[in-house]
Amino acid sequence: MMNVATLTPNPSPNRERGTSSGNGLATIAGKFEVERIRAEFPILGIQVSGKPLVYLDNAASSQMPQPVIDRLVRYQKEQHANIHRGVHYLSETATAEFEAARGTLARFVNAREEREVIFTSGTTEAINLVMHGYGRKFIGAGDEIILTTLEHHSNIVPWQMLAEEKGAKIRVVPINDAGELLVDDYEKLFTERTKFVGLSHVSNALGTVNPVKAMIAFAHARGVPVLLDGAQAAPHLAVDVQDLDCDFYAFSGHKLCGPTGIGMLYGKAAQLERMQPFKGGGDMILSVTFEKTTYNTIPHKFEAGTPPIAAAIGLGAAIDYLSNIGMDAIAAHELELLNYATAQVNTLPGVRILGTSKHKAAVLSFIVAGVHPHDVGTLLNQDGIAVRTGHHCAQPVMQRFKVPATSRASFAFYNTLAEVDALVAGIRNVQKVFA
Amino acid sequence: MADPKALYQEVILDHNRKPRNYGTLADASHHADGHNPLCGDHITMALRLDDDRVGAIAFEGESCAICKASASMLTTNVKGKTRDEAELLIREFRDMATGKLDVATQPHHLGRLTVFGGVRDLPTRVKCAILPWHTLHAALNSAGSASTESAQDPMQAPIGDA
Repeated sequence: MMNVATLTPNPSPNRERGTSSGNGLATIAGKFEVERIRAEFPILGIQVSGKPLVYLDNAASSQMPQPVIDRLVRYQKEQHANIHRGVHYLSETATAEFEAARGTLARFVNAREEREVIFTSGTTEAINLVMHGYGRKFIGAGDEIILTTLEHHSNIVPWQMLAEEKGAKIRVVPINDAGELLVDDYEKLFTERTKFVGLSHVSNALGTVNPVKAMIAFAHARGVPVLLDGAQAAPHLAVDVQDLDCDFYAFSGHKLCGPTGIGMLYGKAAQLERMQPFKGGGDMILSVTFEKTTYNTIPHKFEAGTPPIAAAIGLGAAIDYLSNIGMDAIAAHELELLNYATAQVNTLPGVRILGTSKHKAAVLSFIVAGVHPHDVGTLLNQDGIAVRTGHHCAQPVMQRFKVPATSRASFAFYNTLAEVDALVAGIRNVQKVFA
Repeated sequence: MADPKALYQEVILDHNRKPRNYGTLADASHHADGHNPLCGDHITMALRLDDDRVGAIAFEGESCAICKASASMLTTNVKGKTRDEAELLIREFRDMATGKLDVATQPHHLGRLTVFGGVRDLPTRVKCAILPWHTLHAALNSAGSASTESAQDPMQAPIGDA
């Protein structure tokens, strides 16, 4: 079997490996080598509106480094066939590479077993899988599901659909003015009818890192399983599902420098075993007659049809890439960016940051007084700066702060302090235009 | 490609700062609400038809600068026009914003409204500029409301997702 990890030689002629062990390719003598990392992302070299691209929309989707692009190309050129099917060389190879990627994901989140990792199209499908597989089987009329104000629509709407179908109720954990969950209120929401908790690990709109470990322990003490939406956490901090003790953990590959159309659901084996299948079809069965179909074992029970094989292998390569840099090094660099950006933006009169928790990851949501976020976004784009504007698929958060929308800068490990300076200059320009 | 900077010309910024005909109209004969659920823009448009002419018109609401300036300039351009003349402006404005009308080479009646021509290169902003015109169309046709996302909306333009 070929090695999934494919860190290609850097095209830059002056590339040198630094310290030989531990710190990985990102660091030389403990310094985060952001310029060397940037050189591996072709798209970061383009110009927008005649200016160098300043890409600060990483919470929506991150960019892909050359080693991951190369891995996708190599798979299509040398290894592609359908998996779990043929006895021929290519099918065996593709199957081995696909399953190796599953192993990479399992190690990335510290799952006990590889069969606890299910490939999905992304976070949204992972949550829908749990709603159909767990919710429709175990949640009934009068039961209660606890969600939070911070949830992305993808961790609200599936549960509303279930509640409507079953006659269940949604209870919502409120937040304070800093954008932090009110944990006392969370604990008071539990009743004998509480059957499930859906909780974001990190808020996509505000960047708040939620105290999920304690919240999970509280739910478990009452026998209630917890799903963590990790879409905004997995790219920014080391995730350990055994330490968190969550029942389910979901994230999307394209926010981790991988391709779109692939993501994963981690589920405790015991939970996955007792759930019903989500989609029916090939690969998720052991045997089929018109009288009776026997479902396959996990994880295959939840992977009907031909999956996006190349994307899964690409995601494995992306995680190898991130792991080589080191999630702790990534988190430290991004925290430096966030702290610097927060301090700089706070010096601008008339600019208000939404989400001021002490525990945040990589997201800076802000309002420029008197200027609609869409105008902010269009003007920043004229300076080559990409930010997200709108409600960020988190309308309950917008309603809580009584704003229709915000502008959101979100950082990745390949962003620089100079790019933060460009953002601040861009906001100053917006204020000048609208003065 | 038009220079997108042209979108934030002084005339647009001025109408955003000091919107004309902003407020309500006590003796309105026609009115409609316009809503873009994707970005939260919301405006109301009220007008009084004297015989077949727009005798008075006013708008108010919460929106981005492009939408507000478009609404403000709409009111100054439509006042005194007949219903048919207003509908012609609505069609021409929509066609300009969606790239179907090239104001540089084709005849039109848009005058200074051509400052909004730059939105055609910014698909997510087209709806901002068009919303007031959708809403005027709904008011003139007593539809009561307009939405950039309604399949029933006769002004629905095939434009990008915001």
